[in-house]
Amino acid sequence: MAEATLQRTESTTSAIDWQAILKTGLLAGGIIIFTGAIGMMVAFNEREVIQDWLTLGQILLFLPPIIAAFMHANHSENYPGATSLADENPLMAILSGLGIGIAASLPMLALVLLTNFIDVRGMFINIDRDLIEILTLDSESQFTGSLTLAGMLTVCGVIGAALALIPDKVRYALQTGIATVLAIGIMGELVVSVFERFVSDDLLDLVFERDSLLLNSAISLFVVISLISLLWAYNSDKVETRYEALPNEQQRNLKWGRNGFLLLVLLLLPYILGSALSQTMTLIGLYALMGLGLNIAIGLAGLLDLGYVTNFAVGAYVTAILTSNGPLGIADGWMSFWLVIPIATLAAMATGFIFALPVLKMRGDYLAIATLGFGEIIGTLAVSDALRPLIGGPQGVTAIPNPNLFGLTFDSPERIYYLYLAAGAAALFVSIRLNNSRIGRQWMSIREDEDVAAAMGINTARSKLLAFTLSAATGGLAGAVFAAQLRSVYPNSFQVLVSINVLSLIIIGGIGSIPGVIVGAVVLIGLPELLREFSDYRFLLYGALLVFMMVSRPEGLLPSQVTRRELNREAEETDVDAAKINDPTLNDAPQDEQATIDSDVNHKDT
Amino acid sequence: MTALTKRLNFDNFNGVDLVINVLRVVIIALVIIGSTRTIISGQYTAQQWVDLTISGLAQGSIYALIALGYTLVYGILLMINFAHGEIYMAGAFTTYFLAAAFSRSDFLNNFPWLAIPLLLIFSGLVSMTLAVLLERVAYRPLRGAPRLIPLITAIGASFFLQYTFRGLYGSSFKSYPNVDALDGSFTFGVFSISYTEVVVFVATFILMAGLYYLVEFTKLGKAMRAVSENKEVSTLMGIDIDRVIVFTFAIGGFLAGAAGVINGLYRPQGVNFFMGFIPGIKAFTAAVLGGIGNIVGAMVGGLFLGVIEAVGPNLILDGLGIPGANQLKDVIAFTMLVLILIFRPQGILGERLAEKKA
Repeated sequence: MAEATLQRTESTTSAIDWQAILKTGLLAGGIIIFTGAIGMMVAFNEREVIQDWLTLGQILLFLPPIIAAFMHANHSENYPGATSLADENPLMAILSGLGIGIAASLPMLALVLLTNFIDVRGMFINIDRDLIEILTLDSESQFTGSLTLAGMLTVCGVIGAALALIPDKVRYALQTGIATVLAIGIMGELVVSVFERFVSDDLLDLVFERDSLLLNSAISLFVVISLISLLWAYNSDKVETRYEALPNEQQRNLKWGRNGFLLLVLLLLPYILGSALSQTMTLIGLYALMGLGLNIAIGLAGLLDLGYVTNFAVGAYVTAILTSNGPLGIADGWMSFWLVIPIATLAAMATGFIFALPVLKMRGDYLAIATLGFGEIIGTLAVSDALRPLIGGPQGVTAIPNPNLFGLTFDSPERIYYLYLAAGAAALFVSIRLNNSRIGRQWMSIREDEDVAAAMGINTARSKLLAFTLSAATGGLAGAVFAAQLRSVYPNSFQVLVSINVLSLIIIGGIGSIPGVIVGAVVLIGLPELLREFSDYRFLLYGALLVFMMVSRPEGLLPSQVTRRELNREAEETDVDAAKINDPTLNDAPQDEQATIDSDVNHKDT
Repeated sequence: MTALTKRLNFDNFNGVDLVINVLRVVIIALVIIGSTRTIISGQYTAQQWVDLTISGLAQGSIYALIALGYTLVYGILLMINFAHGEIYMAGAFTTYFLAAAFSRSDFLNNFPWLAIPLLLIFSGLVSMTLAVLLERVAYRPLRGAPRLIPLITAIGASFFLQYTFRGLYGSSFKSYPNVDALDGSFTFGVFSISYTEVVVFVATFILMAGLYYLVEFTKLGKAMRAVSENKEVSTLMGIDIDRVIVFTFAIGGFLAGAAGVINGLYRPQGVNFFMGFIPGIKAFTAAVLGGIGNIVGAMVGGLFLGVIEAVGPNLILDGLGIPGANQLKDVIAFTMLVLILIFRPQGILGERLAEKKA
C-alpha cells in the first residue's frame, strides 16, 4: 500500500507515469491478442459494419486502445476535488494516449513476428492465416502491413485520450452518434429484413449495401444522431422541468399514453418483424418468463437458485406426457393444452415445494450448490434408462400437438409469440404485485438479514417456501409453452446452461429489477440469436459480463430502486465503518475497512 | 431443556423438520434394502467389488486433489471458488500439448519417470498462474462484499474460462498419449492394481504429503492457518493477508493442475473444455463431505466420494431394480452432495462451522 501511495503522489508531480502507460497499453494489446486467439476477431470480421471501411472484427481491434487511453486520461483518484490527467495537463494526456497506443500495438507485432518462426496452430487453433491477414491489413509485406496497423492503433490511443478533453455533454452526444451508427451497422441484416417489408428496395439501397451501411449514410447518420443528442443534452433539463410542471392529471395521461403505445407495439411486433425474427422474439419471451420467475427467488428473496431448469423441465415434460399423441402420451390426446397449463404449473410448483423443503435451512452459497445439484440430478435422470419408459430417455417425447384456441392453431412463431406475451403479462403482473406486497417486503427483509427478519416475527421458513414455489410456477408455465412450441421435448434442452442463462440475465439486468429482467432477456438472449458470430461466444461474454458487473456495477444495468438505494447507502457508510474498526463485533469486512483507512491516509499524503 | 424447547418450537413451521427426518429414514432404508438385495443375489464376485473399490479410490484421489483447492480457499476467504474446476481443466488441457510433444519425441516412452513428473509440474504451474490471475482480477476487488456476489463472480469466471479455452484449443476431446511403461498391472491375490493406478496413488500421496508439510511445518503454512482462524488478529501479528491469500490460490491451483494430468493419464476419454465443470462440483462435494476448511477432511472426503460413486450404482441401485444403474453415477454423487448439505453441513470430520460460516 505504501508503494501505491508513492506511485500516486509521483503521478501527480512527475511528468509522465511511464509505468502506468505501459501497463494500460499492454493490457489493451493483450485484449486484442486474446480476442484474436480465441477466434473472435476472425469470426467477427465476417460482418461488415460500414461497407468496405469497417468490420466488426476491426472494432475489436481498435476499441481496446481507444478505451484504455480514454480511461487513463479521464481517470482521477477517488477523493473529492481530484482532477484527472486530462483536466490537469491536456498535452500530457494526448502524449500518454500516444504511448498507450504504441504499447497496445506491441503484443500484436510480437505475435505477427512469432508466427513467422513458429507454427502455433497445433496448439492455438485460431491463430491462423486469417488472423494474421487481419493483423497485417492483408497487405503483401507483413512488415509494412503490421506497422501500418500499429500506427492506426497509436492513432486510436490518441483519439481515446482526445475524447477525454472534450466537454462531457459533447462527448456523450458523439458517443451516442457512434454507438447508433455501429449498432445499425452491426444489426444491418436485421434492419434490412424489417424495413424491406415496408420500404421500397431503392430507398434501402441508398443506405445499405448487402446488409451493411454505406460510408456516406453512416456519416450522415452519425451527424444527425449526434446533433439530436447534443440538442437533447442541452435541453433535457428544460423538458424535464416542463414535464414536472404539468398537473398530475396530465402527467398520468402522458404515462398512460406511453404505456399504451408500448403495448400496441408489443401486440403488433410479429407483424412488424416477420417470421424469422418472431422466432427470436419467442426465445426472448421464454427467457424473460423464466427470468421473471427466478427473479422472485433470487431478486426478491435472495435465494440463489441454480437449479431453476428443474422447474422448466417438469413443466415441459408434464405438458408433453399429457398432451402427446405419441406412444408416451398417457391421456390419449383428450387433454388440451389449455387444460394442461394449470396442471403443468401446479406440478412445477409441487416440485419447487418439495425441493425447497430440505434446503430451507441452508444459506447463501450452500443453497446455490445444493440447487445446482438438484438441477444436475434431474438432468441426468432425464437421459437415463431408469425413466425411459416414462419420458423416453434421450429420444424424448414427441408428437405434441400445437395449442388450438377456437379453431386458431398456434403453429407459427408469430402466433406462439402471443402465448409467451400472455404468459409473460401474467407473470409480470404477479411479480409487480408481489414486489409491492407484504410478502414482497418479507422477502426483501429475509434477503437483507435472515436473523433480523426472523426476530421481527417473519416466518422465514414459510416465506422462503412461498418464494421457491411461486418462482417454480413461472418456470413450469414457461416449460409448458416451450413444449407446445417445439412439439417435442428432449432432455438436452434442460441442461445446467439454461439455469446459467437465466441467472445471467437477471444479474446483468439488475438483481430484483423487473424491467432489468426484460432488458437482460432482450440483450443476452436476443443478441446472440440475431448475430450468429455472437452465439459461439455467448457464454464467454456472459461470464465476462457477470464478472465485470459484480466487480464494477453489482446493481446491474437497470437497478431496482431498493437495490440502488442500498448500494448507495453502503458507499456513504464506509467512512462511518472505518471508525468502527476497533469494535470486533461490527467488523465483518476487515479488508474493506483496511482499504478505507489506507485511502484516507492517501488523501492526507496527496 | 433448550434442545427440547427447540424441538417443540411450533412457531417456525416444524413440518420442515418432519420432512427432513422422514427423508433421512427413507434414504437409509433404501440404501440398506438395495445393498442387502444386491449382496444376497450375488451377481458380483468379490473380485469385482475389489476392482470397483480400487478404481473408485483412484478417481477419488483426483477429486481429493481438486477438493483441497476448494477447502483451502474456503478456509481463508469463506467463498466457494466455483471456477476451481476450470483451473483444473486449464492445466490438463494445456499440458496435453506438452504431453503430445513429449510423446512425439519419444521422451515420454524412453524416460517416463522423468516425463510424468515434468508434466505434473508444468500443469500445476499453468493452473497456478491462472488461479492467481483469477484471484487478482475477479476476487480481490470483492473482498468484504456480500457473500453471494463472489459466488456469482465465480460462476461467471467459470463460464468465461471454459469458453476461453474452447476458443484457444478447440472443442474436440484430446486424449493423452499412451505411456507404454504404464501398461500392465500388479496382482496380489484378489488385488489387481494397474500401473496407471499406482502412478495415480503415488502422485497423489506425494502431493498431499507435500501439502501437509507445507501447511503444518512451514512459516507460510502457519500464516495460512492463522489467517483462517482470525483475519484481524493475524494482521496484527504482522501477517500480510493478501500474500497469504495469493499463496492459497497458488497452492490450490497447483494441486488442481497436477490432478488434471493425473486424470488425463488415468482416463482414456481425454480432455476438453467442459471436463472441469462436473468434477469441480463433485470435488466441492468431497470438500463438504470431509468438512470444508479441513485439509485432511478434503482428502478423506475425496476418496470416500470416489468409492461411493464407483460402488454405489451397482451396490444400491441394482438391488432396487433400477435399470441402467451405471448411468446414474452422477446422481449418486449429487445426491450425496445434497444429503450432506442437509444433514451434516459440517462434514464427516466436523470442522466447527458457526452459523455465519455454514
